[in-house]
Amino acid sequence: MEHITKRFPGVLACDDISIHVGEGEVLALVGENGAGKTTLMNILMGLYQQDEGRILINGEEVRFRGPEDAFAAGLGMVHQQYMLVPNMTVTENVALGYQQAWKPLKLDLKMVRDRVIEISEHYGLQVNPDAYIWQLSVGEQQRVELVKTLCLGARFLILDEPTSALTPQETDELILLLKRMKDELSIIFISHKLNEVKALSNKVTILRHGKVVFNGETDDYSPQEIAALMTGHEVQLPENKEPDMHGAPALVLKDVCVRSDRGFLALDGLDLTVHEGEIVGLAGVSGNGQRELAEAINGLRSVERGTITFFGVNLANKNPYYVIDHGMGYIPEERNVEGIVPPFAIRENFILKDSDRERFSHLSFLKKKSIEENAKRLRDDFDIRCPGTSTSAGSLSGGNIQKVILAREITRAPKFLIAVYPTRGLDMGAIEFIHRELLKKRREGIGILLVSEELDEIINLSDRIAVIYKGKIQKVLPHAEANRRNLGILMAGVNEDE
Amino acid sequence: MKMSRTFKFVYKLGIMLVAALAALLMASIILWMIGADVSQTFYTICFLPLTKTLHMTEVLIRAIPLCILALGISIAYRSGIINIGAEGQMAMGVLAFTAVALAAPDLPRPLLLPMALLAGVLGGGLWGFIPGILKAKLKVSELLSTVMLNYIAAQFYTFCLRVLMLDPAEKMTGSGTPQSMRLTANIELGRLSGRLHYGLFIALVLAVLVYLLMWKTTFGYKMRAAGSQDRAARYGGINVSKYLAISMIISGGFAGLAGGIEIAGVHRRAIEGVTNNYGFSGVVVALFGGLHPAGIVPASFLFGLLIYGSTLAPTRVGVPANIVQVMQGLIIIVIVTAQMVLSNKYLEARMCRRWNALFHKQKEVA
Ligand SMILES: Nc1ncnc2c1ncn2[C@@H]1O[C@H](COP(=O)(O)OP(=O)(O)OP(=O)(O)O)[C@@H](O)[C@H]1O
Ligand SMILES: [Mg+2]
Repeated sequence: MEHITKRFPGVLACDDISIHVGEGEVLALVGENGAGKTTLMNILMGLYQQDEGRILINGEEVRFRGPEDAFAAGLGMVHQQYMLVPNMTVTENVALGYQQAWKPLKLDLKMVRDRVIEISEHYGLQVNPDAYIWQLSVGEQQRVELVKTLCLGARFLILDEPTSALTPQETDELILLLKRMKDELSIIFISHKLNEVKALSNKVTILRHGKVVFNGETDDYSPQEIAALMTGHEVQLPENKEPDMHGAPALVLKDVCVRSDRGFLALDGLDLTVHEGEIVGLAGVSGNGQRELAEAINGLRSVERGTITFFGVNLANKNPYYVIDHGMGYIPEERNVEGIVPPFAIRENFILKDSDRERFSHLSFLKKKSIEENAKRLRDDFDIRCPGTSTSAGSLSGGNIQKVILAREITRAPKFLIAVYPTRGLDMGAIEFIHRELLKKRREGIGILLVSEELDEIINLSDRIAVIYKGKIQKVLPHAEANRRNLGILMAGVNEDE
Repeated sequence: MKMSRTFKFVYKLGIMLVAALAALLMASIILWMIGADVSQTFYTICFLPLTKTLHMTEVLIRAIPLCILALGISIAYRSGIINIGAEGQMAMGVLAFTAVALAAPDLPRPLLLPMALLAGVLGGGLWGFIPGILKAKLKVSELLSTVMLNYIAAQFYTFCLRVLMLDPAEKMTGSGTPQSMRLTANIELGRLSGRLHYGLFIALVLAVLVYLLMWKTTFGYKMRAAGSQDRAARYGGINVSKYLAISMIISGGFAGLAGGIEIAGVHRRAIEGVTNNYGFSGVVVALFGGLHPAGIVPASFLFGLLIYGSTLAPTRVGVPANIVQVMQGLIIIVIVTAQMVLSNKYLEARMCRRWNALFHKQKEVA
């Protein structure tokens, strides 16, 4: 790609970017949130048209009018947000884009199925061609996306933050797999996790504000150096080294049972206590009840049994308004559909929970001025990259959407905070910032329940670490006793004490 | 990059012109095929109504119910429920209005008129509440329930006119026209000129009120949030089902009010066909007006013009009403398409760059 420029209304997303990838090479594309990585790749795939610049494949200029053209040229992309149809099987999903199977009047599903099996065997990617997408975990969906892309004959893979929603094990597997595949394919790999970049790529390109600011061989630089190049300063993730606050219990869960969407008991007699001024990390492989736990506490899911005592009141089976009103802050897992109202302006999203407060409205008339001031302040404090506060939140880059949610929840001055995967998809600089904010809240005496799969994040920040497995707390470890190894074992469901 | 005002103006005008030409062309082909006088027909439909005060008032009395209905529909739409039941809600409004007028004809006007209009609001509101609550509580598709309620309302309306409210004079003379008796003068809305009545001001005031409600109050904020992304709204502590039901009550209430005003201002008795498909045209007006009062007001005028113009065509130029309706449909589709193009920000930005390039080149030459 040479001299690619792309403008969106009010933003210059890509500014004269040139990159090139050789055969069998892995190029890592890194950069801050909103730097233009996804946009650049969407241009390469023909989803957007560049305003300037050209794309060359094997020395020949190409113009893709749509993703079909890109597929035909052997390009394939796995998107940041997976694009699978949930109530179709794996085979049917692959068939959607598989031109050869579309005979006149007939869709040759058998052929697609064989192809899926062939590909998954060839690359050692385990997928069940007959499973429905909604039955699969995020990691499995990831593999389906890969298989789908490969089935379409991709010789050039683009992976946009493929690991941000994977468990550590799944991530390791994926990296190994990609390493094996790179003899046969060229890969562009986008990630915020620099150790993955280090492990996988040959070359690294750093984007900032839509410009290439750095190009180099991966082997010559350490992850720290890349991070520093990316953010412009040395990144030092903070650690929780502060003394115990000895706070009173803020949130006490007793024997909580909750059903999942599919009807089984996702929480099965869960007990957990979080004190004021304490960060409790909830470690666990995703799908072990974390989401149901967060939803049950926040009134979004009904509780079958047990109590959720929050500063003396029982939150079980109350509505979300009641929970919010009692001072709960909640950073949800699904940022695009739950954390923000996508078509609403950024400033409107900031008052989602507080439109009734005197601060933002008087006699139910909204106060335009203070809403705008609030938005400007949060945008600057949290460094949200956007053309303006009236931009719709849905058009922001993934990481910036997350920052909008974090800014709102942290500055609402809650009495307690539930943070579910708060730094998923954020760049290193932003993670550092968020970690500092969380620790600041802790110092102010606020209890935090931190749900995360990032063991480093949990170990760095938590006072105590609870490991969740199949809807129960497996064990609670004080910070000093926790390390990657024993947490990993507990997360896999093995409890050595028993 | 800044877009100059001139560019924006030229751009919008350009697209509108292209759209108008396209619509004109398609309609001309149809007219030409049936052998009608093309230019006369267009003149009659689009411009004749604008030439005389009398015609203008007729356009406006059609725009009034359209505007009120579309405002209500836009509220429901913004709250996440598609109300295509305005036709039925309007009919129920007319019935409730008429029932009050028939029941207490001797009350003084300052009391009776507001009471009857309020009854209209309640009648329509009730008819809107049913699909609203069904959707909110049981997730019954509003498309299904509103359409079915339209049928019920239509039949109930006919039944009332033919049996319960039938004009006693009709029974005697036996001409069989299903209509109520002429209502008491105490429910009449004053007239400005011709048949144009004070409903015009009611519609305009409502437009302002809807704007304030939806964009300036927390109530509207919550309704819009619930409509844009219900999960996020729920997460934010907004009672989505409550606002869904409320929005349908308001929407139905607007439709009922439109019905009441139609009787009070124009017909002054309940007649058959009073709803005149306004409920469906209202959906188009609401969407065409961008679901915003500032768009709905001019859009309802435009549609009022088209509807009235097409009633003139058969007598003036001998083009059958069916053909006029076909043309209307075409024109609407073309205009709506043009509007979608207009709202495409990417296209606009690209055209702007071309424009700037052109402009700067010319400067260099000069
Ligand atoms: N469809 C769109 N409309 C308007 N602006 C957009 C659109 N898509 C992206 N942008 C803007 O373009 C810029 C680059 O976004 P992009 O998604 O490419 O970032 P990114 O590098 O992938 O970030 P992240 O790491 O957060 O995913 C951002 O400022 C974003 O707001
Ligand atoms: Mg991205």
